Amino acid sequence: MSPHLKTGHLKSVASATPASDAGVNPSRRRFLLAGAALGGGLLVGCSAPTPEDRLGSPDVLPVREGHVSLNGWVRIATDGTVTVAVPRAEMGQGVFTALPLLLAEELDADWDDVRAEPAPVDRIYANQAMMLNALPFGVEEEGWLVRAGSAALERLGSVLSLQATGGSSSIRDAWGPLRVAGATARAMLVQVAAQRWQVEASACRTEAGRVIHPDGQRKLGYGELAADAAKLAPPEHVRLKDPKQFRLIGRAAPRQDIPAKVNGSAVFGIDVRVPGMVCASLIQAPVFGADVASFDGSEALKQRGVLQVLRIPHAVAVIADSWWRAKQARELVKVQWTATPHDAYTSQDLARAADEALREGFGMPYVMRGDAEGRIEQARKGGAVRAEEGAATKVSGPRVLEARYHAPHLAHAALEPINCTARVHEGRVELWVSTQVASLARWRAAQVAGVDTEQVTLHLPLVGGGFGRRLEVDMVEQAVRLAMQTQGKPVKMVWTREEDTQHDFYRPAAWADFRAALDEQGRVIAWHNRVAAQPPTNMATVRLLPWASSKLPDKSQIEGAFDVPYAIEHMKVQQLQLESPVPVGFWRSVGHSYNAFFTECFADELAHAEGADPVAWRLARLGSQPRHRAVLDEVARRSGWGTPLPAGHARGVALQGSFGSICAQVVEASLEGGEVRVHRVTCVIDCGVVVHPDTVVAQMQGSIVFALTAALFGEITVAQGRVQQSSLPDQPLLTLARTPKMDVHLMPSAHLPGGVGEPGVPPLAPALANALFALTGERLRSLPLRPKPKAGATAVS
Amino acid sequence: MIQFQLNGRPVQADVEPDMPLLWVLRDELGHTGTKFGCGVGACGACTVHLEGSAIRSCVMPVVAVAGQSVQTIEAEGDAVLARLQAAWVQHQVPQCGYCQSGMLMAAASLLRQNPHPSDADIDAAMTNLCRCGTYVRVRAAIHTAAETPAPPKTEVA
Repeated sequence: MSPHLKTGHLKSVASATPASDAGVNPSRRRFLLAGAALGGGLLVGCSAPTPEDRLGSPDVLPVREGHVSLNGWVRIATDGTVTVAVPRAEMGQGVFTALPLLLAEELDADWDDVRAEPAPVDRIYANQAMMLNALPFGVEEEGWLVRAGSAALERLGSVLSLQATGGSSSIRDAWGPLRVAGATARAMLVQVAAQRWQVEASACRTEAGRVIHPDGQRKLGYGELAADAAKLAPPEHVRLKDPKQFRLIGRAAPRQDIPAKVNGSAVFGIDVRVPGMVCASLIQAPVFGADVASFDGSEALKQRGVLQVLRIPHAVAVIADSWWRAKQARELVKVQWTATPHDAYTSQDLARAADEALREGFGMPYVMRGDAEGRIEQARKGGAVRAEEGAATKVSGPRVLEARYHAPHLAHAALEPINCTARVHEGRVELWVSTQVASLARWRAAQVAGVDTEQVTLHLPLVGGGFGRRLEVDMVEQAVRLAMQTQGKPVKMVWTREEDTQHDFYRPAAWADFRAALDEQGRVIAWHNRVAAQPPTNMATVRLLPWASSKLPDKSQIEGAFDVPYAIEHMKVQQLQLESPVPVGFWRSVGHSYNAFFTECFADELAHAEGADPVAWRLARLGSQPRHRAVLDEVARRSGWGTPLPAGHARGVALQGSFGSICAQVVEASLEGGEVRVHRVTCVIDCGVVVHPDTVVAQMQGSIVFALTAALFGEITVAQGRVQQSSLPDQPLLTLARTPKMDVHLMPSAHLPGGVGEPGVPPLAPALANALFALTGERLRSLPLRPKPKAGATAVS
Repeated sequence: MIQFQLNGRPVQADVEPDMPLLWVLRDELGHTGTKFGCGVGACGACTVHLEGSAIRSCVMPVVAVAGQSVQTIEAEGDAVLARLQAAWVQHQVPQCGYCQSGMLMAAASLLRQNPHPSDADIDAAMTNLCRCGTYVRVRAAIHTAAETPAPPKTEVA
């Protein structure tokens, strides 16, 4: 049995299809997770909790006067207010609206009565969808199955209870549990009403927060029923709505977090104010991994408001009564740093390592279909064509087409600089942090302070931009270490913008080698792709669990390359893992962020090599992928693909499935004075059932801006072992003036919900590069996209 | 002791004259609606009004505003700002929301000087950075607040 079959099976576990899950049987269904078939008998033997397992007991939720909890997800007040516990961070992706919407739909709540609040940390809230996505499926070669199984084991152990927001997984994870929680609560409320009226529960209806008597006249509000409902045992069996009955899912509901975000009252981590609080500004080791050899804080201590100068691993901190005073005083601290083996490290060192790996290294095969290498060797006898950077490729007869692509390290650059507030007092830790990983933040705080996790109180303010940066808990460790040295005073630690840029966990720099064999007519028959990059999941795992292996197959490094949707007879895709002192992590869309650029540009090269239209070339190879086909057809139609454009404009297309959704974009671009101008982006996404349409549109719009910023400007470089970029002027962000017009279309779909936070990012860069090729005939294979100035053209500074 | 008007009320702060207005507002006066993004005047998250015009408070020494009128996102009773805030809700502009106080203050300053801005006027005035990429909605909401024809709405099917 192939791992791909298992993946499909697991998806049906995580959340059944809308059509088939009406009438869920809650009787302890158990499913074997991960690799039950690995190696023909190696059982991981870990069972995935069903939505019913995740219902949770009412006492999971904090007690509130006048409220009763009916399960671990919902509390109802005597006035009818429905409070939904949301275990995901609100980062602007709308989870505080979309997740309550799922519960409210099945509860038949009045949407005006529904409120969201951050959930506490509990096992029922662990993000199962994100965990499943982390498993290294896709490894097809028999020899790798056992290793993949071990990887699955390790990952499962470490993330089983991961209460995290990432991997575009919030809706995918909540789809089952929140609807079951709503339906269960509704059934309990109906039962109480039916008992009071002495009628059959099945004869009662519910609507807008009330149970309606079979006579159609008498009504009881949920607030009047909740206290008695809480005394009942939850029903064993609940029937979920048929999608045709949805009243809230798929309709416009104003986002709950927006009003506070337009009047300054929204509280982000950096806004937290705790009585008696002091502020900290750090001097962090400029070279990765360096530590404090010695420091002299005596001058800083003479400054107004400065209270302490402290040392923590890899940094010295100034503590003052205001953050600005702490920041000013740090200029006066003298620090000697320890030497590291990579004091002279540069980005070129990593480029050389990548080149060596791609030439000689052994790549872990993720896809082995047919005999790609054999076919390429055969075709090579007809002569290889190696593509030069910038040159268009044209071949005739059986040929081999080769190309190398590159994408640089990137920073997250969330606008709220990294910060964390902590208090360590009498064996307890209190923590205020904008985080994507509540459970890990609590775990790390406890570990650093040497207390049990139960001794950590976690406050979760809004997140001023995550994009994957706040999946890390480095800031928690730093703030707790500071708070352990301030005699019980709470410490608010805030990084400068410069620190935020230079102490990130970067999107890996990546290199890809492609070889393709073309037949007599120029049609591709074999595709061989080797991707060299640091493995982000392995690196993140080792940061948390230093005993874990960093050498396991890492799907996040190769995602978007091993799952190319095109029917190509012979295909081989391999992963090469690079080592570097530059820390890497999860950057919005992770491996897809560079692999889509590589594969969708190379696909464009193959289309041109065959003399085919890029849309037609793709459609011809999507016979077994009806959803991909439909998305591509739609984007071509909406963008006017093939219709005339103003002189000097051109279009490019790209298609990428990621995080359970399929997204295609057509970019219309031109060059003005040598600068790239993007005029219009047409974006079509199939993300399955759409829970909150306006949020999906907003995520597509935001993703286009995020990806265009990276495609035009994004680059982090390293020299002397440290990041060269510092504040925003060194790493420009796209402005309103350069934002293109956008046409976003959501495909109607009855498939399970897919992700939306990330899938809009990957297609943009390849679609733009392909447009620039159509415009200039110059093939740009490196990001950011920097077209060569034309001979005789005026140079633009 | 440095004194100025904050949202119509007199305030004072016993701080160094070179402490940026941003940190006086946030740490000394507890007005945290104004945000710190870069500290070099590049991102605009700290935008407030000084005598009715947008400035970047992270690079404005507090001594330079002594005796003058400062307005922040927390101000009440400003008709232009209120109209923009309503348009912001109507268009569901914010995502993470961190840059939005600065965006709104920049937009309010624009509309006060130019009640019916064109797209080009908006391009020139709105240089605040948004990492979530809310720009198309910022533009649409400014047009709504200004009651000028907005560009075609993003299509949603």
